[in-house]
Amino acid sequence: MGQLVSALITVVLGLGGFVGGLLVLYAITTRFPERFREGGQIAVFLGPALVLIVIGLLIPALRTTFLSLLSDTEGRPFGGLTNFKYIFTDRNMRRAVGNSALWVFFGGTTSTVLGLSIARYLDGAKGEKVAKSLIFIPQALSLAGAGIIWKFVYDGPPFAYGLLNAITKVIPGLPDSFGGDGQRIWLLESDARMNTFLLIVILVWVQTGFATVVLSAAIKGVPEALGEAATVDGATNRQVFYKVTLPYIRPAILTVMTTGTIGALKAFDIIQATTGGNFKTSTVANEQYIKFFLEDRDGLASALAVLLFVIVLPIVVLNQRGQKRAAEMMGG
Amino acid sequence: MIVTGTVPTATKQVALAKKVSLGGKLSNTLGTRVGRSFVWALAILWTVPTFGLLLTSFRPERQIKTSGWWTAFSNPKFTFDNYFSVLGERSGINLGRFFANSIKIAVPSAVISVMVAALASYALSWMTFRGREWIYVGIISLLVVPLQMAIIPLLRLFNLGAHIGSITILPALHFPAIVQTWIAHACFGMPFCLFILKNFVSSLPQELIEAGKIDGAGHMTIFRRIVLPLSVPSIASLGIFQFLFIWNDFFVGKIFAGGGQNAPITAKLVEVSGNRGQDWHLLTAAAFISAIVPLTVFFSLQRYFVKGLLAGSVKG
Repeated sequence: MGQLVSALITVVLGLGGFVGGLLVLYAITTRFPERFREGGQIAVFLGPALVLIVIGLLIPALRTTFLSLLSDTEGRPFGGLTNFKYIFTDRNMRRAVGNSALWVFFGGTTSTVLGLSIARYLDGAKGEKVAKSLIFIPQALSLAGAGIIWKFVYDGPPFAYGLLNAITKVIPGLPDSFGGDGQRIWLLESDARMNTFLLIVILVWVQTGFATVVLSAAIKGVPEALGEAATVDGATNRQVFYKVTLPYIRPAILTVMTTGTIGALKAFDIIQATTGGNFKTSTVANEQYIKFFLEDRDGLASALAVLLFVIVLPIVVLNQRGQKRAAEMMGG
Repeated sequence: MIVTGTVPTATKQVALAKKVSLGGKLSNTLGTRVGRSFVWALAILWTVPTFGLLLTSFRPERQIKTSGWWTAFSNPKFTFDNYFSVLGERSGINLGRFFANSIKIAVPSAVISVMVAALASYALSWMTFRGREWIYVGIISLLVVPLQMAIIPLLRLFNLGAHIGSITILPALHFPAIVQTWIAHACFGMPFCLFILKNFVSSLPQELIEAGKIDGAGHMTIFRRIVLPLSVPSIASLGIFQFLFIWNDFFVGKIFAGGGQNAPITAKLVEVSGNRGQDWHLLTAAAFISAIVPLTVFFSLQRYFVKGLLAGSVKG
């Protein structure tokens, strides 16, 4: 209880200090001579955001790019692109890059496709809200919590009995490598691709909620008259969905795809909470974390971060372009 | 190609009377029935892992370690012990403390980022100065900077200050760890917050703002009396989103809050699941305690959450 009270006091003091500071600064600008007043007030309104972005994102991004060019040997001499060369030649690094590609490809698309079909078939159905809430629950959990939940699905003997083993055991004719004997220790056996897919399932489980909620809202925004007109002219339901609904909600689909893909690239908390990147499950984001925080190889870690940035950039640009084109098509 | 014909009034009236949406109309076919069954199966499948954890958290330690949670249906034995021991001092986890840490971190971080973004959105929409558009575009393009890339240099800035060669530009800022965490979260969330809020604030009716100016109101008055009240839906949804995001984050909290006893609850969860993999009975209860707040926030404020987020990006 005492801890909660102290938490509340911290919250109130922090917020009070922040608001008070801003108001004082503003009050000072109102005393400025006419000529500087507007400029001072712009600084008070825009300044905090700019300072945060410059110190928190702009400078760090530049600094990391610079660091990525230094090698991790004694004295950190300039190493050019050696870190990047290492990423694409070292076996473990290459596997991490390959795994990240799997995460992006399957993680981003699967949750979008699932979200879209759920939103489509649930629209107007009985119990729509209940079903949507059920699917959204994982989104409200932390990825760390999700990791624990899925341990209870994937784990095998001797610790406990995971759900997946219980299911595979009762399916007749399943080979032991697919848990036919109910004794498989999922995630901890050295089949890289299988392990990675099992982890991607967790990501999809988490992200589908967001996709469903956003796409469902978008589908509800499609004017009824459009679909009706098409139906009257003899279009089948399927045609209406693909020719009317889908083009109309394209911006929303792009948004969901983009956030999903970026989420898949950045997701390393799932890995940290389950395998820690062992058993051939590491990804670029996870390696970046390990190299910097556990192995003290700043240069390599920075190069991995730059690589992430380079992969994300075209995705965001494509998204922006797609949004623009969709807006033009809609005449807006 | 969308065919535009005249909709016969009869169809229109039926549709209005039934109040069916487009999707609802699509539903009267076999394909849709199959689709719906599939979706419901999916919804149940989605819930099973979480439900399993919830059930497990109420089972006695011995049962958890010897049998799967589904056996609890035939052999029901339940207890609150796991919750008591996780929250108490004796297990060495003392989760209550980390729960409080998370509140200390998440509430001010979310409020500060939304407030800073609201002020900046006002400046970028309704104050005139050179380079306004460029500043906005620049900020939005920083959306793509991955957290991992920014986190370390920001930590260095706090601990070591900024130097070019031997010239000190900025001395080390020895903020309390909690303030560092607030600033870090506000930094990393800022492009997203501005992306959502600026769209909304700049779409407010210009006449209202002009009227305020004619009445001699200063910027702060216009902001507080006109812009803030009108932006409530957008601000609320963004606030909820930021709060969920920050509560569920463990990386930023772990790095900036100084670790150890000041870490957020998620960081503690990861630590416990890494170091004490055998204490499953404790982990289950811990995971649920950490999920209580986001689940409550989501279910009670669900409506604002979706509406406001869509305001900027999606039509309808």
